[in-house]
Amino acid sequence: MRLSYPNNVKIIQVPCTGRVDIIHLLRAVEDGADGVYVAGCLEGECHFINGNIKTRKKVEYVKKVLEEIGMEPERVEMFNLSSAMGLRFAEIAREMTEKIRSLGPSPVKKNKAA
Amino acid sequence: MDALKSGSRLEKVLKAGHFAFTGECGPPKGANVSHLKEKLAHLKGVVDAVNITDNQTAVVRMSSLAASAIMVGENLEPNYQLVCRDRNRLAIMSDILGAYSLGIRNILCLSGDHQKFGNHPEAKNVYDIDSMQLIALVKKMRDEGVFPNGEEIDEPPRLFIGAACNPFADPFEYRVYRLANKIKAGADFIQTQCIYNMDKFREFMKMAVDMGLCEKCYILAGVTPMKSVRMAQYMAAQVPGMDVPEALINRLKAAGKGNYAKEGIKIALEQIEEFKEMEGVAGVHLMAIEWEHRVPEIAEQANVLPRPEV
Amino acid sequence: MIIADRKPLEEILEMIQGSKKILILGCKGCVTVCNVGGVKEVEVLAATLKIARKKEQNDLEIHQKTIERQCDPEYIDQVKDVVGQYDAVLSMACGVGPQFLSEAYPEQKFFPAVNTEFMGGAVTHGIWEERCAGCGTCVIHLFDGMCPIARCSKSLLHGPCGGSAAGKCEIDPDVVCIWDMIVKKKMAQGRLDDLLEIRPFKDWRTARDGGPRKSIREELT
Repeated sequence: MRLSYPNNVKIIQVPCTGRVDIIHLLRAVEDGADGVYVAGCLEGECHFINGNIKTRKKVEYVKKVLEEIGMEPERVEMFNLSSAMGLRFAEIAREMTEKIRSLGPSPVKKNKAA
Repeated sequence: MDALKSGSRLEKVLKAGHFAFTGECGPPKGANVSHLKEKLAHLKGVVDAVNITDNQTAVVRMSSLAASAIMVGENLEPNYQLVCRDRNRLAIMSDILGAYSLGIRNILCLSGDHQKFGNHPEAKNVYDIDSMQLIALVKKMRDEGVFPNGEEIDEPPRLFIGAACNPFADPFEYRVYRLANKIKAGADFIQTQCIYNMDKFREFMKMAVDMGLCEKCYILAGVTPMKSVRMAQYMAAQVPGMDVPEALINRLKAAGKGNYAKEGIKIALEQIEEFKEMEGVAGVHLMAIEWEHRVPEIAEQANVLPRPEV
Repeated sequence: MIIADRKPLEEILEMIQGSKKILILGCKGCVTVCNVGGVKEVEVLAATLKIARKKEQNDLEIHQKTIERQCDPEYIDQVKDVVGQYDAVLSMACGVGPQFLSEAYPEQKFFPAVNTEFMGGAVTHGIWEERCAGCGTCVIHLFDGMCPIARCSKSLLHGPCGGSAAGKCEIDPDVVCIWDMIVKKKMAQGRLDDLLEIRPFKDWRTARDGGPRKSIREELT
């Protein structure tokens, strides 16, 4: 479809969002990512029954952790869309990028000016 | 019947076959003795005994022991409530002895509301023994004159032993057996939870009568007049083990604004009339919560005055 | 098993406030099974604390280790080469862990990273419930396999109290009234008579009330 989306989004492919664990999300934040989001299949359409639903709970956990330590929980999100929804994918990438931009760079980054 | 167990007025009234009428009073949230005396004054000559609640709903108040003793000084008979939540068996026994030595002759043995409901929910609870065992303990101390360890009591406490019963808690089929157990443990009289569902209570009393429980123990039916629709709705929804039928709430509503309290009292009076005739019911326990000043008129209208001389 | 929950991060961060280098020590016993203090949770806590400190531009060096158990001296021994080099050691074991560690290594500061809750089991994945109060004199057989000491809010031996409604406890509609269950089972099985006796006072000497407890098995000593 040759849709364009912000090039600051780095995609990591996983076989199912169920493979994404709390530690993966935290490591991304720890390593300085300004935001992390998980794009899972539509709810009810997981090939592995409920991988996406389980991961939503993990995402919620990470959001809670960030809030507890005084960071914006909005830096971590979960979205549900099917592989046929290319337009939506690009839209989410833009939405998320805009949201993170408005939050500013992650406070975890050593050099805030960068 | 054998000799008096305690010689309390309540015991004499019940033994003589009079329809007993007891009231209730919560001690002050403080050491305000004059306020307590003022509340008690309304009940003088109007009831046979007054229950003095023991940190009811786990809210700290003046001790029921002290308030009961003050009441004795006012020539009113207390029904001293004692809960297992706040004290272990040592404190319970010494409080029982202390109560008797201060002239208290009736005791109501309770487990106590969980502290979670109260104003100090962070507190540690005790529940060393439960209400069933508390009944048995008072009976043992009174009738055998010994402590549970077998040591003799130098002048045993002669107390008239009361217990509570909630026919509306679950499982309903078991409630009458639990009542039987309390009587077996040593309860001389029972005061029930506030009754609103009369159908259910009739059914309960029929079972109690059939089991012969009413010959072994005096059962006082609990009555609390509704002050407002809000109170009825709160009790229906928020108080576990309270059964307030929808029909009763609707009847209050139908009375119209400004008439709720009047209607509430009217309902209570109808209940009292029925209890007077109900087989197995030996009296009424009127819990007019923070409404002590209305008790005389309720008693008057219920035709339970004057109280018998015993 | 022993069920624990991680302490609030704020509390943990305060414990290690002045520390530059810490060890998070997990335990492969109960806390691994209840997903609070095993290898995985040690990793998550480490990442979380690092984020929190990086955010404050106050980097923290964290080492991670998880041993078989923190309630046996032979496993406690396994950390003897590493303790001593940290400003703080966060134990993710139950309350026994930080104590056994402190006893073995008096020079090292140990902090509990979890709150030890109760003895219980997983009723479903992710949900644990209390089943035992450790009173030292088991009475479960008297109540058809249900313990009123641990599971009745008032530890009644003659329940259910007047606050039992629709099978739930008066303290919380999410708490089961165990006495409702005991009574229903007895009645269904025709053993109501079991409940119609007045039980003797419980002897609390075998519980914590009798002072700190100890179990000695001569044949093993």
